[in-house]
Amino acid sequence: MTRTDLWTGRFSRSFVYALLIGGAILFTVPFIWTFATALKSSEEFASNPGQLIPRHPVWSNFPKAWTELPFSRFMLNTVLITATTTVASVVSGSLVAYGFSRFQFRARNPLFYMLLATMMLPGQVTQIPVFLIWRQLHAIDTYYPLIAPAFFGGGAFNIFLIRQFFLSIPKEFDEAAMIDGASYFAVWWRVLLPLSGPVLASVALFSFLGQWDNFEGPLIYLNSPEKYTVSIGLRMFQDSFGTNFEQVMAASMIHLLPTVVLFFFAQRYFLRGINLSGLGGR
Amino acid sequence: MRPATGKRTRRRLTDRPEFWGFLFICPWLFGFLFLTAGPMLASLYLSFQRYDLASSKFVGFENYRRLFTEDPLFWKSLKNTLFYAIVTVPLGIAGSLGIALLLNQPMKGQRLFRTCFYLPSLVPAVAASLIWQWIFNSDNGILNSGLHLIGLPGPQWLQDERFTPWAFVLMSLWGVGGARMVIFLAGLQGISESYYEAAKLDGAGTWVCFRRVTLPLLSPVMFFNLVLGVIGSFQVFTNAYVMTGGGPNNSSLFYALYLFRNAFLYLKLGKASAMAWVLFAILLVLTFVQFRTSKRWVHYEGGDK
Repeated sequence: MTRTDLWTGRFSRSFVYALLIGGAILFTVPFIWTFATALKSSEEFASNPGQLIPRHPVWSNFPKAWTELPFSRFMLNTVLITATTTVASVVSGSLVAYGFSRFQFRARNPLFYMLLATMMLPGQVTQIPVFLIWRQLHAIDTYYPLIAPAFFGGGAFNIFLIRQFFLSIPKEFDEAAMIDGASYFAVWWRVLLPLSGPVLASVALFSFLGQWDNFEGPLIYLNSPEKYTVSIGLRMFQDSFGTNFEQVMAASMIHLLPTVVLFFFAQRYFLRGINLSGLGGR
Repeated sequence: MRPATGKRTRRRLTDRPEFWGFLFICPWLFGFLFLTAGPMLASLYLSFQRYDLASSKFVGFENYRRLFTEDPLFWKSLKNTLFYAIVTVPLGIAGSLGIALLLNQPMKGQRLFRTCFYLPSLVPAVAASLIWQWIFNSDNGILNSGLHLIGLPGPQWLQDERFTPWAFVLMSLWGVGGARMVIFLAGLQGISESYYEAAKLDGAGTWVCFRRVTLPLLSPVMFFNLVLGVIGSFQVFTNAYVMTGGGPNNSSLFYALYLFRNAFLYLKLGKASAMAWVLFAILLVLTFVQFRTSKRWVHYEGGDK
């Protein structure tokens, strides 16, 4: 019995398609609605805000939104922060994963369970003291609080993913390199990392998305508007132009477009990341 | 002699693999100590203080007592959050499993469908909140236009406290449904065809196959989605902060939002820390219960993982 047969007994094929098409439309309409609204001129929005398809589509909302608040600046800040955290997460996460996957040392397993347990820890439990630490270090209104965690392994899930991948690389590769005189660092850099492209790409993607999306962090730590990221810049935009939805939608698209474009370029790494976590096919 | 022995022990240390293993995990260990474990203890300590950055005073269990007995907003935010979790987690899991089952067949356009369902989970939370604020707009939003089209009255989604909780449910189903669906789909594709063939030989029909093969083999994925779904739903913050700010009449004041206000708006850092520990305790209990009951329904293939 194939998977196809499984359904034909109960549902007809066209019924399945109808359900899927209906669902896909429901999931896609918000995007269309956002885009369509962003294409309306202020006059058209004022006279006919609810119409799905604009009669005279215009692009002017995008440059307007972009310049009404310094979005170039916000974008630059966000790119700087996300690029740093993404690179740092991959490097530090793979180092830590190397330690956990290739070495025996005292307390290794308890420490690893501790690492896994932190995945379930609600951020609120550490948030306030961490804020006080950064305040003590005079790092409020700097990017240090936002990028520092990436240098410490970049999160338990990332470390876990890379470790799982390292475990699937035969240890003989390391040993062969070490016989040729490679140091442990060289094994990590020249043997493991080159073989781990897919998992590192997935980790980079997840780190990027996490930081791009980050709202609460910048909200807590950044005060000067010139240091804002796109996410709080967008929130500021809402405060100023909240009812001009044609502009708010254009500004929202500036925030979401990079992630969507990234998805279309790197689709397989998104899905591979899920498989690597051991939740998918083995 | 002395320098020689010193040199020898030093060399011996770097010769030992354990030293290197420990060295490599040091970045994480450092972060764990200073950004997780230490702050956890500090937060527990703070929860017994009255602290506003300027002065601090030890007050024992006063913060907790006040939360439980004198703070109606604490209970309201907890109730809102519980409702949100109880509705979104099962609905979300059932919905995304349903879509994954439909998609898990050789069919035309599978990739396109998968993309359509997955894309919303990539939309940053602030942008998503603004988009939904406009969708929920009671006069011109597309949701009410659609409802009018089929003859239903459109409610004031974000202004009427009877409907705000449901607005957040709808938005969450759109936002995380696709991500869960992809995880389920990966799990479904990992189930070997041979199980279905064997079941067929024993005369099993569609329902029996689903009930006796698909569900048990998918249960670890389901469990993962359940545990992380509950934890995630208790921390909903950005959506409420941006879309409603907690209103109207605190009907969308979720726990994390109220905690944030206490911490960073009112600077009641002791009270906020107490709230964080209450949240942690609730999640610990819920996670523990899920792990305990999981033995009854989560099936690990071959017991190897």
